[in-house]
Amino acid sequence: MTKTVSKSELAVAALRNGTVIDHIPSSVLFKAVKILGIENLDTAVTIGNNLDSKRLGNKGIIKVADVIFPEKTINRIALIAPSAVINIIRDYEVVEKFPVTLPDTIVGLVKCGNPKCITNNEPMLTRFHVVDRNDVTICCHYCSHTVKSTEAII
Amino acid sequence: MNTKSLVSISDISREEIMQLLETARKFEQNPNRRLLEGKVVATLFFEPSTRTRLSFETAVNRLGGRVIGFSDASNTSTSKGETLKDTIKMVSNYADLIVMRHHLEGAALYATEVTDVPVINAGDGAHQHPSQTMLDLYSIYKTQGRLEDLTITLVGDLKYGRTVHSLIMAMRWFNPTFRFVACKELGMPEEYKTFCRENGIRFTEHTDFSPEVINTSDIIYMTRVQRERFADIMEYEQVKDLYNLNASMLGEARENMRILHPLPRVNEIAQDVDDNPHAYYFDQARNGLYAREALICRSLGIDVTD
Repeated sequence: MTKTVSKSELAVAALRNGTVIDHIPSSVLFKAVKILGIENLDTAVTIGNNLDSKRLGNKGIIKVADVIFPEKTINRIALIAPSAVINIIRDYEVVEKFPVTLPDTIVGLVKCGNPKCITNNEPMLTRFHVVDRNDVTICCHYCSHTVKSTEAII
Repeated sequence: MNTKSLVSISDISREEIMQLLETARKFEQNPNRRLLEGKVVATLFFEPSTRTRLSFETAVNRLGGRVIGFSDASNTSTSKGETLKDTIKMVSNYADLIVMRHHLEGAALYATEVTDVPVINAGDGAHQHPSQTMLDLYSIYKTQGRLEDLTITLVGDLKYGRTVHSLIMAMRWFNPTFRFVACKELGMPEEYKTFCRENGIRFTEHTDFSPEVINTSDIIYMTRVQRERFADIMEYEQVKDLYNLNASMLGEARENMRILHPLPRVNEIAQDVDDNPHAYYFDQARNGLYAREALICRSLGIDVTD
């Protein structure tokens, strides 16, 4: 049986079980990979980038076989990819689909940009509060240093 | 954070500010009260600050408590690489209250997360210094008889000066009008102007320290313009004397007007102002003792009666 397979179809090749993270802006795809700790997984992972997207122009996509991330973990990427959509796949079917949601507090992810902040000088987790959800501005819990998420060091 | 700690002036409500001012007034009437009998207070000064440390230690001594601590981290295990957490945990075994000064921002808040002993922040880098704000408020209250509806002029380094930032935060309850007098390099940061707008605080900005500004103020709060704040030394030279105050400028000032300064001053207030009835900065420093006695009692849950 022969079938013409377009490149875009290839990009979303079927996953039997697992998680598809779609609509990640291309520019932050690898940051998202890092945040989710995907490089440490030993199940099959497919990463696509600079794919055509009606919503974003171009986008990245991450497909992870046999892994369902806890919601808390997956929402960490909302900081850099608020447009991302999560698809949970079971037996080739999308059983759940939801957008990521930005938590009020982000722990242990962002490095504070203030070199005189205690978090850069003690073995401790950083903690940021979201102070503006519209342009995603976050504020260091400890030193009050404020930064836009797009400029945050992760 | 444990509730008896004090990290930022914004931890204190309007009601509690008024209570603390009343307590400070009682301590001014009688600073020597044996309310801390049997208590040990640790003063941990990871960064030297003689003025603040002496003020806190005097407060503890006048309350009959004992002091342990250090005035410089270089001869402690911090210099051997001990973490702040470990130092705080160790001291927590000995003391009923920790007063700490640290060069790193957020250090005091972090300390409150690793101990159940109350912590008073005596300055964390350029971040917060709430006991200074309390003594500023007490000085304003005492000289004006109220905190409400005052016109307060802030002069000098409004960009880096944490005392002026904290004062704005604390005054938000009292319907103030602020004047910000500074060169453009050291102007009030946007975040504090936003804070004013959000809290309905009136303010105007001036680059000129004019007679009109001086003569319509209830409080003039002077700060030091520091050379190290300027990338370009020429810019510093151009502005360094624009925000200096001398006695000849005070002829038309309101009778109730008082001049405050967190000290140390260099030449932003001329020596000839010191004997002027408007000068208040040395009395202001003395008020620090009463304000700190009040804050120590707050943290230890001690009621101060007449």
